[in-house]
Amino acid sequence: MEFPRARGVGVSLLLLTAIVFPLIVDNPYLVSVVVTAYVTAIAVYGLDVMLGYTGQLSLAQGGFFGVGGYTAGILMASYDVSFWIALPVAVAMTSALGYLIGLAALRTRGDYFAIFTLAVGVMIVIIIERWEDVTGGTDGLIGVPAPSGVGPLQFDSLTAQYYLILFFLVVTIYVVWSLMDSLVGRTFVAVRNSEELARAVGIDAGRTHQLAFVLSAALAGLGGVLYAVFLGYIGPAMGGVQMTFMMLVYLMIGGVASLAGPLLGTLLVTGLMQVLQAFAEYQMMALGPILVVVIIFFPHGLAGLAGHAKRLFQRRGG
Amino acid sequence: MLLRVERLAMNFGGLKAVDDVDLDVPDGEITAVIGPNGAGKSTFFNVVSGFCKPSAGRVALDGVDIAGLPPHRIARLGVARTFQTTKLFPEAEVLDNVIVGRRLHTRSNVFDAVLRTKRLRTEAAECRERAKAALAFAGVLHLESEPVGSISQEACKRVAIALALVSEPRLLLLDEPAAGINEEETSGLTALIRKVVESGVAVCLVEHKMRMVMDLSDRIVVLNQGKKIAEGTPAEIRQDPTVIDAYLGGSSHA
Repeated sequence: MEFPRARGVGVSLLLLTAIVFPLIVDNPYLVSVVVTAYVTAIAVYGLDVMLGYTGQLSLAQGGFFGVGGYTAGILMASYDVSFWIALPVAVAMTSALGYLIGLAALRTRGDYFAIFTLAVGVMIVIIIERWEDVTGGTDGLIGVPAPSGVGPLQFDSLTAQYYLILFFLVVTIYVVWSLMDSLVGRTFVAVRNSEELARAVGIDAGRTHQLAFVLSAALAGLGGVLYAVFLGYIGPAMGGVQMTFMMLVYLMIGGVASLAGPLLGTLLVTGLMQVLQAFAEYQMMALGPILVVVIIFFPHGLAGLAGHAKRLFQRRGG
Repeated sequence: MLLRVERLAMNFGGLKAVDDVDLDVPDGEITAVIGPNGAGKSTFFNVVSGFCKPSAGRVALDGVDIAGLPPHRIARLGVARTFQTTKLFPEAEVLDNVIVGRRLHTRSNVFDAVLRTKRLRTEAAECRERAKAALAFAGVLHLESEPVGSISQEACKRVAIALALVSEPRLLLLDEPAAGINEEETSGLTALIRKVVESGVAVCLVEHKMRMVMDLSDRIVVLNQGKKIAEGTPAEIRQDPTVIDAYLGGSSHA
């Protein structure tokens, strides 16, 4: 429960870097790449709540991302609803959908759960594509406005949107940290580590899974809302299965069940893909083998590697 | 009567794993369930702890029927259990393992966690304290910060008992607590189980090590092929011809 000082210093430094970043970097393109990574990272934290802490792979995350983005995007673009109302509505909508899907999906575990949720993800894209009157079909909808100002704060500039989205990222990380560092997180991990034993010590495993699934859907939804607002556009690709697999790649490379993993992985892989954009067609081809190598040799990703190095260092030190 | 099992039956397809068994576990006593492999002992535990829904019969805890309730509800009513394979939460330290066992007494939820409420902090501190006390009771407090994967088999068994006790059960079901440990370790464990009973927890025990069963038990129930074939004090069971027959000859697998 304690928060070691060294870690406190590290977190403050990271936060400071994030805050000064758009002020130092005079490159709107780079800033917008980072913003996109932040937005995606929020959804990746959602995936981690389910996969990392509760041990079930949900492949509906891209779908939830899409539902969040579309709900907010449609409300804002077609009905002139304010961002500040559309956001909670969209997150509530995604959570509710997560709850309903969880009622059925969580009757299964492991591979079956992954397959079930994959099917849900696919269905969500199909609905988005076919429900043309509302969603704009395969063309999507353009003209999702920037968030309206709050008092003196305006959100039409890139820098302002950067800070707005950084704020939501920080809140997300805080929420995930505070949960995982509490009895609630212990309950999640207990269910992951041995569902049978967890039930024997009085933990309602079904409810725990359901709660984690709703949380993970809510975070995916939040990411989707911010994505739609930041791009000013919603299209079916954002809810697609490829989105889910990208999230999974970010998470596996960053490290599951670690607080830094989702952000680290998302930033790194997004950055790499920008650098290697010339090879865009081969990106997905390269990611496959990279993922295989990571899973076999570094099952805890970059974050796990850092922890490993630290332990090695401590052992040598004394 | 703390636990009263009446006419319990558990069928898996055509197999009668438990067949019309009556069994009582009184407060403050150790009741052992013995029998050759396949006698239905583990199934019996699985039914009482809620992991299997009985096909027929009644399981009453202090007069309340608990048959068919899910395991977590039964645990909350005061029945703790260990597993034959000595289950602990892997990838966790000893103390973390036992802290989770206290979760059923806490009410902190997501909002408490995010808002860091006083309730959460009090409960977290209380869980830690109780977990340490349970580890001390089981004689393994010195291992609190070891990963469970690195401690001995005997220590695992003690931690599993601490994990069961931290929930403050009224009844503790021990499924072969002495499997896979040597004689000296077994007598240490026997002393621990006696201490558990003295602290006011009734124990129901499945075990193959006869010396341990005979030393510890107030009453013994013998199952064979799902049926109860004998019941009595250790002295009575030792003399019982049906028991001797089940173990040494006839139709048994022994």
